[in-house]
Amino acid sequence: MSEFLQHLINMLVLGGTYALLGIGLTLIFGIMNVVNFTHGVLYTFGAYIMFIVVQQLGLNFFLALPVAVLAGWLLGAAIELTLLRPLRGSDIDTTMLVMIGAWIAMQSGTLWIWGGVAKSVTTPFPEAPLVLGPVSVSWLRLFVLAAAAMLILVTYLLINKTSLGRAMRATFQDHDTASLMGVNVDMIYTSTFAIGSSLAAAAGALLGPVYVIFPQMGDLAAVKAFAIVILGGLGNITGAVIGGFILALAEELGAGYVSSGYRDAMGFLIIIAVLIFKPTGLFARAERVG
Amino acid sequence: MTRTLGLVPAIVLATALFGGAAGAQTIKIGVNEPLTGAFAASGTYVVNGARIAADEINAKGGILGKKIELVIEDNKSNPTEAAAVAEKLITSDKVPVLMGAWGSSLTLAVMPKLMEYETPMVVETSSSGKITTTGNPFIFRISPPSAVEAAAFKGIVDKLALKKVDFLVINNDWGRGTAEDFSKMMKDKGITIGLVETMDQGAQDMSAQLSKIKSSDSETVIVTTAVDQLTLIFKQAAALGLKKRIITTGGSQNPDQIIAQAGAAANGTMHLTTFLPWFPDKTPNPEATNYFITEWKKRGFEFAGCTESFRGYDGIRTAAAAIEKAGKAEPAAIKAALWNINIKGLNGDIVFRKSGPEGKESGQSQPNVYLIEINDGKVEMKTI
Repeated sequence: MSEFLQHLINMLVLGGTYALLGIGLTLIFGIMNVVNFTHGVLYTFGAYIMFIVVQQLGLNFFLALPVAVLAGWLLGAAIELTLLRPLRGSDIDTTMLVMIGAWIAMQSGTLWIWGGVAKSVTTPFPEAPLVLGPVSVSWLRLFVLAAAAMLILVTYLLINKTSLGRAMRATFQDHDTASLMGVNVDMIYTSTFAIGSSLAAAAGALLGPVYVIFPQMGDLAAVKAFAIVILGGLGNITGAVIGGFILALAEELGAGYVSSGYRDAMGFLIIIAVLIFKPTGLFARAERVG
Repeated sequence: MTRTLGLVPAIVLATALFGGAAGAQTIKIGVNEPLTGAFAASGTYVVNGARIAADEINAKGGILGKKIELVIEDNKSNPTEAAAVAEKLITSDKVPVLMGAWGSSLTLAVMPKLMEYETPMVVETSSSGKITTTGNPFIFRISPPSAVEAAAFKGIVDKLALKKVDFLVINNDWGRGTAEDFSKMMKDKGITIGLVETMDQGAQDMSAQLSKIKSSDSETVIVTTAVDQLTLIFKQAAALGLKKRIITTGGSQNPDQIIAQAGAAANGTMHLTTFLPWFPDKTPNPEATNYFITEWKKRGFEFAGCTESFRGYDGIRTAAAAIEKAGKAEPAAIKAALWNINIKGLNGDIVFRKSGPEGKESGQSQPNVYLIEINDGKVEMKTI
């Protein structure tokens, strides 16, 4: 029983960050319809910003987090302005190829600047874990969960309750009509991509100190983010959050009770099942076709 | 303008010719190591150790009157890349001998290429038994196979009063091979084998595996993986309140890095290692060990890397000794000469003995294996 409880705690902590990765990508992949291969690199980028600010500049850990989010926002905006804006209206394959190129170039860039050896970030949290009866959890991970929950809530409110969010939803539903209604469509494209990117950077900034930081760390994270988005239904923020927790649960229980060798396969078995039985994702709203 | 353009190919040609001529003045040794990916830290340490050996040899005038030149390539911790890198080093750089490829799965992927091009390779780190038992006569290994590690560990098993043991190993030839060899030895000793958990080489979160191990009734966990994943395991085990004795194998632990990154969580852990940089006087070759450690520090590398980098140092010295003995930098001659070398490595004499099926034996040297314990953030040697 205590083992099961421990798995549940692990799932909560892991699921929070998966959810954060998922909502960032669902904005870009689900709403903007850009197959964003740079999502993993932005995750890596956020983690390296933490490394620079905390380890190299010696500044405060909590100050580094907003810096990483802001840096992710700026890099995302730059990618949108330089790569995606000239390609708007071109087919999805072209955009995809350009994004793959950007992914490889940026990953090689991190390798060139920081080298292949993993870096770690010191945190202000105590080493001794919080012990609650039979289960225990590190303070750092609790903080990560809380920060992720806060970011998810802010994103949800931004999309659903603000005029910017309304303009975003309108733009991606019908770009021409939104434009006719006075929405600055160009600005909406850039800010949506930038917000999605800053969420990826935030996930990297939060998880980098939990694990270690290296140039390829984003690859597996990006694959998982795509899985979560597909699981939750494209463009569905609530779906991405629940999808993140489902993936974490599948990994924890799969590794705990089936076989740890197939831990990373568990999530993808679920994706295959979802694609076969409910291809629009678990939480997609019914849509009118035609 | 036309004349200027015409000059460019001429300059390129001249550079190529000159470069080619300069190339013939050196003897090349191919180095196939993981410099990126899951084993980047370890591979980089090995390459830095290899550079110290090459510089030392060159400072003394090189071999056969020529300087040695390391051609270093990154196998990206990926077996497919490791095989491609070996092919590139042999066919394009024309190296007569290689050193590599750190991981067992990486080395196993390179082995068919060695057969194809009949080029020998000094294996400096890999510990899967399969490497020297499948009949590849181009393999010369200076690191201990996991069965040798298990045999060395056998002596201390009674003292530690082991009763039931779980395993947490990296999911590749190295980890699974270690679990197999250690299980066999322990079963002979009457120790019960509990869980055998695995983790992918790039995995960063081992909490699920560790939670499972935490709930088992074993008192000891044997962990096999490289330093990056080990530090994560120590941190995550501490976060889960896992209170079992942890023993690591494989010699890629870099204990000082574990002390630095895992802090108090490292106390009481034991590690099977193949080098004793903390106690140079207790190594088989104190003079060379002191030289190596001084040189390592002089270059500004972290002391923690010594336990891995010495493999690169010994590996290059082994290859160089064979080239010298062969009298020429040709693969067949070097392969024959490797059987006849006897050099003082930092971890014992490097002399190759035959291993594997008759007629196509691989070479296996017999290095020492040590058990160390971390106490109060310090490394102590245990007698095996």
